Amino acid sequence: MATSFANFGNELYTGKRSYDFVGSKKIWFLIAAVLVALSILLPVVKGGFNLGIEFRGGSEFTVSNVKTTDASIGEKAVEDVVAGSVPRVANVAGNTMRIQTDKLTEDETLQIKAGLTDAYGVTDNEVTSTFIGPTWGADVTKQALLGLAIFVGLAAVLMALYFRTWKMSLSAIVGMLVTMFITAGVYALSDFEVTPSAIIGFLTVLSYSLYDTVVVFDKIRENTADLQASTRRTFAEEVNLAVNQTLVRSINTMMVAILPVGAILFIGAGLLGAGTLRDLSLALFVGILIGTAATIFIAAPLYAWLRQGEPELVKQAERVAHRRAQAAAKADSPAEPAKA
Amino acid sequence: MARTGPKNTALRVLVWLGVILAVMTAVLAGGNMAGQASWAPKLALDLEGGTQMILAPKVEGGSDITEEQLNQAVAIIRQRVDGSGVAEAEISTQSGRNVVVSLPGTPSKETRALIQASADMNFRPVLQAGPGAAVPAESRTPEDQLPKPTAEPANGSDVNWITPELYKKFEALDCDNPSQDKLERSDPAQPLVTCEPASEGRPAIKYILGPVEVKGSNISGSTFQLQRGAQGAVTNEWAVNIQFNDEGTAKFKTVTERLNKFYAEAGGETGSDPRSQFAIVLDDQVISAPRSQAVITDGRPQITGGFTEQSAKALSDQLRFGALPISFEIQSDQQISATLGGEQLRMGLLAGLIGLLLVVVYSLFQYRALGLVTVASLVVAGALTFLAIDILGWTENYRLSLAGVAGIIVAIGQTADSFIVYFERIRDELREGRGLVSAVENGWKRAKRTVLASKAVNLLAAVVLYFVAVGNVRGFAFTLGLTALADLLVVFMFTHPTLQLLARTKFFGEGHPLSGLDPKSLGAVPLYRGAGRFRTPADKPAQVAALRAKNTGAAAEAERRMTIAERRLAERQEQLAGSSKSSSKEGN
Repeated sequence: MATSFANFGNELYTGKRSYDFVGSKKIWFLIAAVLVALSILLPVVKGGFNLGIEFRGGSEFTVSNVKTTDASIGEKAVEDVVAGSVPRVANVAGNTMRIQTDKLTEDETLQIKAGLTDAYGVTDNEVTSTFIGPTWGADVTKQALLGLAIFVGLAAVLMALYFRTWKMSLSAIVGMLVTMFITAGVYALSDFEVTPSAIIGFLTVLSYSLYDTVVVFDKIRENTADLQASTRRTFAEEVNLAVNQTLVRSINTMMVAILPVGAILFIGAGLLGAGTLRDLSLALFVGILIGTAATIFIAAPLYAWLRQGEPELVKQAERVAHRRAQAAAKADSPAEPAKA
Repeated sequence: MARTGPKNTALRVLVWLGVILAVMTAVLAGGNMAGQASWAPKLALDLEGGTQMILAPKVEGGSDITEEQLNQAVAIIRQRVDGSGVAEAEISTQSGRNVVVSLPGTPSKETRALIQASADMNFRPVLQAGPGAAVPAESRTPEDQLPKPTAEPANGSDVNWITPELYKKFEALDCDNPSQDKLERSDPAQPLVTCEPASEGRPAIKYILGPVEVKGSNISGSTFQLQRGAQGAVTNEWAVNIQFNDEGTAKFKTVTERLNKFYAEAGGETGSDPRSQFAIVLDDQVISAPRSQAVITDGRPQITGGFTEQSAKALSDQLRFGALPISFEIQSDQQISATLGGEQLRMGLLAGLIGLLLVVVYSLFQYRALGLVTVASLVVAGALTFLAIDILGWTENYRLSLAGVAGIIVAIGQTADSFIVYFERIRDELREGRGLVSAVENGWKRAKRTVLASKAVNLLAAVVLYFVAVGNVRGFAFTLGLTALADLLVVFMFTHPTLQLLARTKFFGEGHPLSGLDPKSLGAVPLYRGAGRFRTPADKPAQVAALRAKNTGAAAEAERRMTIAERRLAERQEQLAGSSKSSSKEGN
């Protein structure tokens, strides 16, 4: 099987097997545009994301190693202290209970903590409590946005310097933004809880998306380095070949990136319930998949499209067409196995 | 020699990597023996259990807080927490905006209140002073000889403030081992019994102080400088200058008029009436109690006497901080049980292990024996990361949090990424018909750039996350950055040299089907003649030409693998001979 995968790689490398990522760019751009538009509209229609307690403010208790997962016990323990409150009690994983309430005073927090310890028959150090002030979420959001802006700005400069063309930089950033919007859209659609950990994962996804793009663009740059001297392929065809040639790498990279993340996600979700590890890995899992696709379907075709109007490239494309016509005339058969 | 060159270089690089690992291990072992470091990483509160509070400072009047003020706030909270007897508390600023207080265990309600309270600075006149130690029980003043107020106190310095109860408290107070009962703030209108803790070269002193006469908020600024002598020449004495606002100036003038009288009556410099002293009290603790040697009418007193540059700066900072009361609002308060943290860590590590295993299986599946190089590289990267975290835990008190563990697990994939980029490049070179030795060199030249550029993106993200992030993000960003660096080191100093050496072995060099670098399965053009024998530049064009005749199927592909010079030559030949490719089918 490995041989056949290697063979698949060989065929992609030589151009025998080729997927026309660049040629069908209009379809990809349309799909991406629709998905991005949906990703923006969906939260608006649904009235926002499913925000974690960090953004809403409130108190949360986690009781581990409970003997019974009866939610009413937890509800009663909270109501005993704060009459008329409506706590959200959930069995998050295995024998762990999570109880969320509105904002509590310090006294209430300590009393409820003691109450829950008794009610679920656990020891004092098996109850964890968290209090989140109402402004904390706003703070997290503000910092995340600031981080996002700084990262995008610096990454754009870094890439423009490295590739020495702003068009590559722009394409990579657009690919990243598409990843960002669609990942957010998936969150809005699926009602995954948005927590600060999810936001970290989200920011990491951007780095992954760019990383992936850099590798593919590096190959594009290499393939198109002495394009002017060649009449074999047009610029768009070289870009498409580069994407195909790095396809095996893209798949392998995605696989090794997603395997550990998947391990955390499924172990984290299965055994631990909600928490840092699960929130982080969920965002990464979704984002890595979308990020890899965005490089192949959006960033690379966009770069080809941005440059196709450049006079030198137009001339080169004419030379390619001319040579192909000549070759076709001479051999009286279709030119070039590589697709136009 | 050209072929032994890279081999020797590779060996040298591997030796250097060994040296780096050995030095790190030795450093850590040394720290271990000195009893300061440990082989296990230090764990953050979310894994070890404890309380973490994130506090947002709030300045009275709603103005923005400067970094300097924030650092002062941290210093003051640290003083309070240490004073309340909580061991191993960690207090730090975050992103220049918040204060993070991490305490083991669950702090008492009082400790919490203390942490949140704003700094409380004020000036009180001294009524009585004495050595810091508690007066031994047998030599304490008998009940009937205790000072008794004879009238209502007339001013702040009136000894009628001293009641028998107050005096008993004063005698019992032990400033070398102060009791922790000062959690309630003192009443500014009442006298106060308190300590000035011992400092360098000066034992602790205890005081009975009168009611508050000037508030810290009346300070408008404070500086420190070298004192000027009578002739205006700079002396070696450090001095702290205070500047009061209008209200403070007026009040301070009244107070110094009174205090200076005690000073003069007691005989000036040689005298010792404690009532000539004016105590600067921060959080109910005396930080300095200078004598009033002059009546200050302009609100600009200068404090002198035995300051070093450091102590002058410290006092000046404290005064300025006192001038700006900062209180703290709890943003997030987490009490994590050690049980839950331990569970999370165990599951996290299990997840990491499974993730690692999956990556190993996938690499072996995709890259056969070459996958073992990935595994070995991951092991080296893991060892580097582990040692770095241990050493940082020792020297910088870095603590591994759950988010940090997640960062490391995510990094497994990102580290393996660079190997994939490299291996794919080598395969590309093999497909072009190169021998393995030159494929490794050429592949590396190209992969190196890509790996550097892509790691730069990773590092950039880690650095940005680290500096702007709030909450637990820092631990994640930190390990992400750390592992990116470890990855770079490993790719350059382990993976590449190892491949350089392996390329010279029979198993890899001859492209054994299980080596993952089998030219046949990679569809390489057979320009390769077996281990140790490679094309020389001289026979390339001839070979290309021969091949084209023999094997039209591979010709197009071979052509594409040519250097620019070769390609131009071939294109010229092509024009002469007419294209033979038109009917060709690629692949083999």
